[in-house]
Amino acid sequence: MLKRYLMAAVTGLGMIASTVTAATLDDVQARGKLNCGVNTGLVGFAAPDANGEWAGFDVAVCRAVAAAVLNDASAVEFLPQTGKTRFTALASGEVDMLSRNTTWTFSRDVDLKFEFTGVNYYDGQGFMVNRDLGVSSAGDLDGATVCIQTGTTTELNLADFFRSNNISYEPVPIETNAEARQQYLAGSCDVYTTDASGLAATRATFENPDDHVLLPEIISKEPLGPLVRHGDNQWGDIVRWTLNALISAEELGVTSANIAELSAGTNNPEINRLLGSEGNLGEMLGLDADWAKRAISVAGNYGEIFDAYIGESTPIGLSRGLNAQWTDGGLLYAPPFR
Amino acid sequence: MVTETTPQSQSFKLSMLLNDTRYRSYTFQFFSLLILIVLIAYLGSNLIRNLAEAGLNISYSFLGEPAGYDINQRLIEYTSQSTHMRATIVGVLNTLLVAFLACFTATILGILGGVLRLSENWLVSKLMAVYVEAFRNVPVLIWIIIVFTIMTAVLPAPREFRGDEPSASLVLDAVAFTNRGVYVPSPEFQPQAIYVFFVLLASILAIFWYRNYAKNRLYATGTLLPTFWPSFAILVLPTVMAFYLLGKPISLDYPVLKGFNFSGGWTIRGSLIALWLALAIYTAAFIAENVRAGILAISKGQTEAAASLGLRPNRIMSLVILPQALRVIIPPLISQYLNITKNSSLAIAVGYMDVTGTLGGITLNQTGRAIEAILLLMLFYLLISLSISALMNIYNKSISLKER
Repeated sequence: MLKRYLMAAVTGLGMIASTVTAATLDDVQARGKLNCGVNTGLVGFAAPDANGEWAGFDVAVCRAVAAAVLNDASAVEFLPQTGKTRFTALASGEVDMLSRNTTWTFSRDVDLKFEFTGVNYYDGQGFMVNRDLGVSSAGDLDGATVCIQTGTTTELNLADFFRSNNISYEPVPIETNAEARQQYLAGSCDVYTTDASGLAATRATFENPDDHVLLPEIISKEPLGPLVRHGDNQWGDIVRWTLNALISAEELGVTSANIAELSAGTNNPEINRLLGSEGNLGEMLGLDADWAKRAISVAGNYGEIFDAYIGESTPIGLSRGLNAQWTDGGLLYAPPFR
Repeated sequence: MVTETTPQSQSFKLSMLLNDTRYRSYTFQFFSLLILIVLIAYLGSNLIRNLAEAGLNISYSFLGEPAGYDINQRLIEYTSQSTHMRATIVGVLNTLLVAFLACFTATILGILGGVLRLSENWLVSKLMAVYVEAFRNVPVLIWIIIVFTIMTAVLPAPREFRGDEPSASLVLDAVAFTNRGVYVPSPEFQPQAIYVFFVLLASILAIFWYRNYAKNRLYATGTLLPTFWPSFAILVLPTVMAFYLLGKPISLDYPVLKGFNFSGGWTIRGSLIALWLALAIYTAAFIAENVRAGILAISKGQTEAAASLGLRPNRIMSLVILPQALRVIIPPLISQYLNITKNSSLAIAVGYMDVTGTLGGITLNQTGRAIEAILLLMLFYLLISLSISALMNIYNKSISLKER
């Protein structure tokens, strides 16, 4: 008797239990807001600006997706994540997507059950030291104290690099980029290591950026990109093709200035398919025909976003390098819109 | 003649479970337990089902894989090629180290603070009151960060020790206070050093013998022998003599600036110091209050009675008041020790690699095995807390009032 009640109670409770639902698109549209996991603060990539609005290279991807899905680039809830919290936040459904300088690795893709939807920045791990130390190569760093953000791939690369070069070091684990900056400037570590783009962004915030040098060695491949959970392919496709739309737009010469004119129809069929005046690509994604046009209209194409937040005209001053279009000798190569 | 009036053994009825006070409490307890079991079963099944739906499983096989990351402070041999299990053990030892140091320091500071707060001296008692109120009313995380920030910002970086006219220099030419930590000389032992240790051990035994002798003599004849200075002499003189007779078999390895950092000697890292100091001074404020409560719990008559026997205030405190006060002090002290151990998990704020930093931090991150790592972490803290509790309870029993 009692046992039966118990069983009924357990099953009853079990049924109430909610699980992460598969259709992220429906959730986002019902909520009217996109929950996007970003960095806790890395100038140029994701940081609140003077007005408290999130802005940056990674933030632009979130806004483009929000524009494509919700027709409102400001309908984004930015949830800052540290290197430690980001995967739990994504896996638990707290964020719909992560756009946070996250390196695409085998184990994150396969073992952690995430889906990387492309690469928005090809990066590599570098070292920054004070110019006074007179260090010109990472091989001279024997015995140095190295500040490192914990929970990142850089932590593992660092261990591998020093082990394979048979030199010693002392790691100082640090939680956020802001703390690392403080520790590095106080001289409690000799070297700060993270992705080269992150180093450039951090150095740009120093009082005297010229007192610090980035060493020539790049010790790893760090393809950074947005990611979503495994198992919801439609949502994964939306994020992947929004990023591809931004990249293709640059290749095809679609900019924020001429997009209104081009979307009326051109004699280039690929532009027409991209901007929705021809074909039904938007419908295939479960969106309307103008999705890509809205995504590109937010802050322009990939090149415009790059120049606005991290390009050579900004204090961060990164050159396109590997992140140029394949036609310019870079690695950006978006699959065709067909 | 008294007949035994045993109540007639009634046959047990189901309604008695609610109406009979003998059984009612059992009924309630049974149902509470049932609800608890159902709740835990629900949470467990929910977890397993959700994991299964996400295509994940629970597996501890990651503990056997190479960790791949380095740890700066390690009490046992560890490289980046060691397993996650080894990294966990390194973390556990670091947790135990900082917990032990902080418990020890907090106890001494706490007893001092508690006794001094009851001092007749107005200034001393008010100073201690300010200390207690200021420290126990600010969260310990803030204290950890304050101590760490002060260390990083105020102390010089190692590079300031460099050059012909350095802006910083070694204290007593032996100890370097830097913003990375404190570098102290470490002893180096030659083979003969073992005899020095034997002498030291023998002198310690001799002190016990001497104290016992002094006590017996006091009880037998009533004359009090001095104990402090003779004990001190017994401790120091033979050892120092042995040290010089054997040709100084123990030398010091001084820290020297080499490359980027000091090398040689022992390094006490800034993160350990910050965590240790902050936990100690924070918890000592609570312990001071426990000590004060314990002392105030002893009736003033005890002090007066002891004074009327001619005992000096110091002896009244150490022979009469504190032994009785301990019975009140020890139980809350146990929970303060547990607090220190658990609060040491705030180590990540200063990058100290305790078990939360290794197993619950980097290992969790690199393997993505959040649930497994957290469960293991909970198990560890539970075990360590229960062990401290058990040890302290044994001690508590040994000093509690023995009823004969």
